[in-house]
Amino acid sequence: MLLFIVKRLLLLIPVFLAISVVIFMLVHLVPGDPIDSILRVGATPAERAALVARYGLDQPILTQYVTWFGKMVLGDLGDAIILRRPVADLIAMNLPHSLALGSLALVFSTVVGITAGALAAIFRDTWFDRGVMTLILLGSTVPSFWLGLLMIMLFAVTLGWFPVSGARTASALVLPVLTIGLGGVALVARVTRVAMMDIARRDFVMMLHAKGVSRWRIELGSVLRHAMMPVVTILSLRIGWILGGAVAVEFVFARPGLGSLLITSLNQRDYPVVQGCLLMLAIAVMLGTLLGDILQAMMDPRIREGMK
Amino acid sequence: MSALRFLWGVARTPRGAVSAAVLVLVILCALFAPWLAPYDYAIQNLPGANTSPNAAHWMGTDEFGRDLMSRIIHGARTSLSVAITAIGISVVAGMTLGAMAGYFGGIFDRVVTAVVDLTWSFPEILIALLLIAIIGTGTESIIIAIAIAYLAQFTRLTRAQVMALRSETYVEATVNLGAGHAHVIFRHLLPNAITPVIVAGMLATGDAIILEATLGFFGLGAQPPTPSWGAMMSSGTAQIFIAPWIILFPGAAIAVTVIAINLFGDALIDALDIRNRLREV
Repeated sequence: MLLFIVKRLLLLIPVFLAISVVIFMLVHLVPGDPIDSILRVGATPAERAALVARYGLDQPILTQYVTWFGKMVLGDLGDAIILRRPVADLIAMNLPHSLALGSLALVFSTVVGITAGALAAIFRDTWFDRGVMTLILLGSTVPSFWLGLLMIMLFAVTLGWFPVSGARTASALVLPVLTIGLGGVALVARVTRVAMMDIARRDFVMMLHAKGVSRWRIELGSVLRHAMMPVVTILSLRIGWILGGAVAVEFVFARPGLGSLLITSLNQRDYPVVQGCLLMLAIAVMLGTLLGDILQAMMDPRIREGMK
Repeated sequence: MSALRFLWGVARTPRGAVSAAVLVLVILCALFAPWLAPYDYAIQNLPGANTSPNAAHWMGTDEFGRDLMSRIIHGARTSLSVAITAIGISVVAGMTLGAMAGYFGGIFDRVVTAVVDLTWSFPEILIALLLIAIIGTGTESIIIAIAIAYLAQFTRLTRAQVMALRSETYVEATVNLGAGHAHVIFRHLLPNAITPVIVAGMLATGDAIILEATLGFFGLGAQPPTPSWGAMMSSGTAQIFIAPWIILFPGAAIAVTVIAINLFGDALIDALDIRNRLREV
């Protein structure tokens, strides 16, 4: 198992390198000279040259990349142009908020999604099943930021149960988690339901019924257990999708976090911050996917063995 | 003709009928917006700002006193044209890449597969945001960003279809009879691989409408005064306490449109019996 994890981690290195190149190139592909956006109006050519030298833009591009990558690995992501602070500080301030929101939303999606999907499969073709199916349809089609705004209107403005925005109290997490969660619940519930209905048709399940094992014991002990494989597969593939939902939701709830920071910096063209945020989000998606892979390998020996 | 007759058949199932009716309505709004909208979408009337829905303004007015319904009807134009153009580009490019990768194999296939696998685990919104950081904001940028964000999906799907078809006897026979690569790809492989890709494209159009609205909501899409569903909600957030309808109606327009697309797509999948072929993604 340890060998498997180490091998998966090694596989991530080329992926990380590729992503870092794309994110590094971002500043160089932007139309126009990035220096122009930093220079004040009416600056002399000498001032310009000094700035170019300061940012190392007179070096060959490969040298620039190696310098940037070396600093990045050591946690130096440069300075924000507009906010005039080290990007690493900004990320350190915002990351805990995103982590709390993302992990809570993930746990909520998984627990509620599996429960809803399993009950829908067990009570298939009843009103409960149809209710879950409707929820799944809504959860996968309603834009998350609109759902967030509706929640604000109902629970924060009209009922006053939760804060409208911000992240000062723990209760401020409830609405954002629910908002991201509904999309995640829809995804997990759909996969669980389909997988369980598929397993329930297998011969060994029929055999268990014939042997007179009680229905609940079959559904929960055998069918649900076997259905977990595809659920974990989908979760590990789409974990980034749930994390991506957090970007929009942070922005709606005006919560501090990587998503809000990214959107604000994009609108202000503060490229060092954009680079830093994208890098962190990419790492989050990579680690999330890795976590899913490890879970899968723990559940299925065939995957563990296949890697060796 | 047979395709039209087939669609008509799908539209006569209960699920298909409701979703088709909604879709036709939205498409009509997009096509004939200037004639259908009761008011000019850009005319401001500050004394009449933030009025709640009434007989003159069925959906109320926004913070500049502009008629919300007119803006939503025009917004259909922005949303649909961006989503359909972007997905159209993405489907054509993805089919070309996927067909070539699946047919020729070798180093080209390995490179395409590596890039597709790399982008696959990343949410479309992150890819779109990364691209917008590079190419800038505005309608054209958003179209390109959405097109590239969904490229992996269509490439992967087409490649899987082509790989499956390639080893069919009739394809091998055609190759052995001396048919050129182009003939095999365009006359035999793509026509047989196209159905699942088109349906996946239709479903992705719904997702693209949400993505376009999200980017518009972030202020990265169509610039004012061009009405777009996402941007309308973004300016409405400041009015959430006094004029919630500014957020309510554009969001409902998105939700209804996307649900209709999904339901119709689902009906199509059942009618074509291609659920298994789509699952290869």
